[in-house]
Amino acid sequence: MIESVLRGLGRWGLDLLWRLGRGHLFLWEILKGVPETFIRFPLLIKQLYSVGVLSLMIIAVSGLFVGMVLALQGYYTLVDFGAEDSLGVLVALSLVRELGPVVAGLLFAGRAGSALTAEIGLMKSTEQLSGMEMMAVDPMRRVIAPRFVAGVISLPLLAAIFSALGIIGAYLVGHVQLGIDAGIFWSQMQMKTDWSADVVNGIIKSVVFGVVVTWIAVFEGYDCVPTSEGVGRATTRTVVHSAFAILGLDFVLTALMFGG
Amino acid sequence: MHSKNIEILVGLFVVAGMAALLMLAMKVSNLGDFTEKAGYSVTAEFDNIGGLKVRSPVSMAGVRVGRVSEIALDRENYTARVTLNISSQYDQIPLDTSASIFTAGLLGEQYIGLEAGGDEEFLVAGGELELTQSAMVLEQLIGKFLFSKAEGE
Repeated sequence: MIESVLRGLGRWGLDLLWRLGRGHLFLWEILKGVPETFIRFPLLIKQLYSVGVLSLMIIAVSGLFVGMVLALQGYYTLVDFGAEDSLGVLVALSLVRELGPVVAGLLFAGRAGSALTAEIGLMKSTEQLSGMEMMAVDPMRRVIAPRFVAGVISLPLLAAIFSALGIIGAYLVGHVQLGIDAGIFWSQMQMKTDWSADVVNGIIKSVVFGVVVTWIAVFEGYDCVPTSEGVGRATTRTVVHSAFAILGLDFVLTALMFGG
Repeated sequence: MHSKNIEILVGLFVVAGMAALLMLAMKVSNLGDFTEKAGYSVTAEFDNIGGLKVRSPVSMAGVRVGRVSEIALDRENYTARVTLNISSQYDQIPLDTSASIFTAGLLGEQYIGLEAGGDEEFLVAGGELELTQSAMVLEQLIGKFLFSKAEGE
C-alpha cells in the first residue's frame, strides 16, 4: 500500500521533472529559431494574423465591458465618500497594472493558446511534422518559432488595447451616464498614473505572460500524444496551465514591482 | 483569405496596438509632462515636509511650475532638503520667493506652493529658497489648540 503510493508519487515527480526539462530544452530550441523568423517574414505575418488579429475581437469587447463594469461598481463605492472624481484613477490603475495584462492573458490563452496547441498537435498526429523532417525542413524553425514570436508580439499589443478600451468604456459610463466631469476624470488619472511605475510595469507583465502562454501552448502541442484524445488533452492542459502560470507569475511580478 | 488582406489586417492590428500604447502614455499616464524635464533645480530646506513625495507638484499662484525631484535628510541640521525641478519657461522667479507646503483639499496630496517675493534678481539653477514654511501636521495643530485652550482657562 505505502509502497505503491510512494511509487506513484515518485513516478509523478520524475514525470514532472522530465517534462520541465523537456520544456526548457524546447524553449532553447525555439529561441535558436527566433532570429530566422524575421527573415521569413511572410510566415510571421500569417501567424500574427491567426494569433493576434483573430483574438482582437474578444479582447476589444471584454476590455470595453470590463472598463464599464469597473466604472459602475467603483462609482457606487466612491460616491459614498464623495470621491467619485477619483473614478478615472481607480479604473486606469486597476486596468493598467493588473486587469489589462492578466485578463488579456487569460483570454489569449483561451482563444489563441488552445488553437495553437490543437493546430500543432494535429500536425503531429497527422505526421506533418515528421514529413517536414523527412524533407530536411526543421519544424522548430518553420512551424514553432514563427508561432512563438507571433504570440510574444501579440499579447502586449492586445493587453494595451484591452486597457485603452477599458478606460474608454469607463469614460463612457463615468462621463456620459453618471455625469462625472470629463476634465477631472482625465486630469486626476494623469496625475496619479505614472508612466514608468504603472504603465511600463504593466507592459512588462504582458510580455512575460506572452512568452509563458505561447511557450506552454506550442510545447503542449509539440509534446502531445498523437491521437485525437491526446490532442484534446493537450489543449485542455494548455488553457489550465497557462491560467495557473499567469496568476502565479502575476503575484510574483506584482510583489516585485509594487511590493517594495 | 488572400495574403494581401491578411497583411493589411495585421498592419491594422499593429497600428491599433501602438495607438493603444500611445493613449496609455499620453492620455492616461503623465508621460506628456516629461518634456518639461529640461528645467532647472533649486533646493529648499523644511523643518517638516509632512506627506510630501517625490513628483509632488510645485505650483505658483495655483499654476503648476514644476515637480519635486528629490527629498533627502540634511545630516547636520536634521531638516528635510527638497530639490525642486522647475520648468525652464518659468525662469523669472524672484530670489526671495518663499516656499510653503500645502495640502490640496482636506486630506488630499501635499504640494509646494511658491509665493513670489520682490527681489529684482531671479533664481538660477542650484539656487536655494531661503524662506520656507513647513507642512501642517494635523496632530501638532490639535496639540497646539488643546494647549492654548488649557492655558486660557
